[in-house]
Amino acid sequence: MTAGTRHVDTRSDQPLLYARNVSRSFRVSAGVLRRARTLTAVNDVSLVVRPGEVVGLVGESGCGKTTLARLALGLLAPSAGSIALDGRVISALSRRDVATLVQPVFQDPYSSLNPRKSVGSIITLPLRIHGAAQPTAWRARVEEMMERVGLSRTLYDHYPSQLSGGQRQRVAIARALINQPRMVICDEPTSALDVSVQSQILNLLQDLRRDLGLTYLLISHNLAVVEHMATRVAVMYLGRIIEEADTEALFRAPKHPYTQALLASVLTPEPGLGVPDTHLGAAYPNPLDLPSGCHFHPRCARAMEVCKSLPPIPTTTESGLVECHLYHVPGV
Amino acid sequence: MSARVLTVQELNVALPVPAGRLHAVQGVSFHVDRGETLCVVGESGCGKSLTALAIMDLLPANAERRAARLELEGENLLRLGERAMSDIRGNRMAMIFQEPMTSLNPAYSIGDQLQEALRRHKAVSRSEARTRAVELLERVGITAAARRLKQYPHQLSGGLRQRVMIAMALMCQPALILADEPTTALDVTIQAQILHLIARLQREFNMGLVLITHDLGVVARIATRVVVMYAGEVVETGSASQLFSGPRHPYTRGLIACIPAPGRTRRGAPLGTIPGLVPSLVGHIEGCHFTRRCPHATDACRTGAVPLDTVVDGHHVRCLRHRELATGAAPPPPVAVA
Repeated sequence: MTAGTRHVDTRSDQPLLYARNVSRSFRVSAGVLRRARTLTAVNDVSLVVRPGEVVGLVGESGCGKTTLARLALGLLAPSAGSIALDGRVISALSRRDVATLVQPVFQDPYSSLNPRKSVGSIITLPLRIHGAAQPTAWRARVEEMMERVGLSRTLYDHYPSQLSGGQRQRVAIARALINQPRMVICDEPTSALDVSVQSQILNLLQDLRRDLGLTYLLISHNLAVVEHMATRVAVMYLGRIIEEADTEALFRAPKHPYTQALLASVLTPEPGLGVPDTHLGAAYPNPLDLPSGCHFHPRCARAMEVCKSLPPIPTTTESGLVECHLYHVPGV
Repeated sequence: MSARVLTVQELNVALPVPAGRLHAVQGVSFHVDRGETLCVVGESGCGKSLTALAIMDLLPANAERRAARLELEGENLLRLGERAMSDIRGNRMAMIFQEPMTSLNPAYSIGDQLQEALRRHKAVSRSEARTRAVELLERVGITAAARRLKQYPHQLSGGLRQRVMIAMALMCQPALILADEPTTALDVTIQAQILHLIARLQREFNMGLVLITHDLGVVARIATRVVVMYAGEVVETGSASQLFSGPRHPYTRGLIACIPAPGRTRRGAPLGTIPGLVPSLVGHIEGCHFTRRCPHATDACRTGAVPLDTVVDGHHVRCLRHRELATGAAPPPPVAVA
């Protein structure tokens, strides 16, 4: 709880999001007669997002990326550790304060918009909830935001069912931005969209970031999208951030064997290269029954004896950290 | 004996909708040989999935299918009744769907479903079917296969379920496999593994493979030949290298420019876009279907049907202006990777 009271010299250096040693576990029932077990979706994770950054969060499904996003949005409380937004501990902030700092954009614009509300009222709702000043000016603000995200004002009275997938995602973005948050958490913002629409939404997110000075936490399984958008990337595996680095460094020289395998799996549009064999093995481990030592060792091509028994500790690299015994020099 | 597995000529699919008739597939022609992977690529609504369903004769009951030719290993499928088709489906041609959870029966064990796939078509004993099921589960990389037979679909991960679907498709050693977005629901790591597996098995069994996808990365890595579909039509077809190193159709070019690709696109710089929307396929479209979104459209493009033109042998494109666009007489959109 000390993170919130810490004072940082300059405002620009103040992290917008500071997750410190955050864990979140869930009780999972395995059946009527079995004891409920604990699933640790996020396990002692620290992540800092500074103003202006685009931090990409990547990893396979079930690695905890969405749980971490929900923690950062204040939708879940951490089981341990603390999360601060703009220097203030999230548990001490009201829902309203959280919402003015950080807003989400979700994957599926088909299910994240209320089908019975018009576009205008969907985008106006945050203004109404937060009791924004001058209700008479709301419509103008909403229409201005619609144009900002590339929606014609004429769609104000339309319903989501009348819109294409790309238009719906623009509505979701307009709704997220109407109260001028400082950070947007985009959870797979383009995964449900066609490639030609995906590029339009990515371009829009870049424009908005530049024009409105936004900061993004971008969750995606599409590594080409993350490489294109992010300034820094964190790789998650079974609830841990196992590598974090500047985008350029991470994609040029990935350190963790898991990051290497993940990048090798990306099918870039280069004919003749064939489909790579990632040597990862078929099974993603059961998160309820985590492997001993380094959680990645059963799938790791470079696993050593020590990896089976001893969990690695984070090692600092030029632009981030890596959590792997290969890079840990004993005694340092 | 010809190696031709599938011949599709002038395939049309129409669906009655409240507003009229929706011409979802219009005059689609292609062929697949043994050992060949044909990728059908396009965005939602372009007709790629309906093309596969039309080949399998699995279209919705109210859909209307017409074709000049539809042949599996030389046999005309157009005149076969439902009974004869169901003897062919799963036997000589099999389909792998996107979401294995909805195509596996949750009430039956993996073993029951695999064995039924074989015993439906071949006169084999229960134990022979079981042996084959175990063998194929091992071939698709599932460990402890004999024990897995007793498991139910919900007990398996998405990647494992898709492996089971692939094993099931292979039970009768089909000549042709139709795979509709087989890896779209999977993680990148699992996607690479499943595609690696499909490509290997296709070579080992010398099958024809039609792979339907929206992912150009998948296409580039796995296709022998590519069919690009837009608004119900084939707009360009050629080998993977022809299409990626020298795309001719403005839609193909636009599609390639849309995807972030390290080395070709600069990080953070704007990506290519294809403005506008796909035209409604209800009723008749005059001229080229891409006109309304095409930066190079002229009046000639808006009148009369545009035929497929041959660029070089095996590379065809449905565009009136592709030659002048390729020579730079008109400013081309950004071109693909080298």
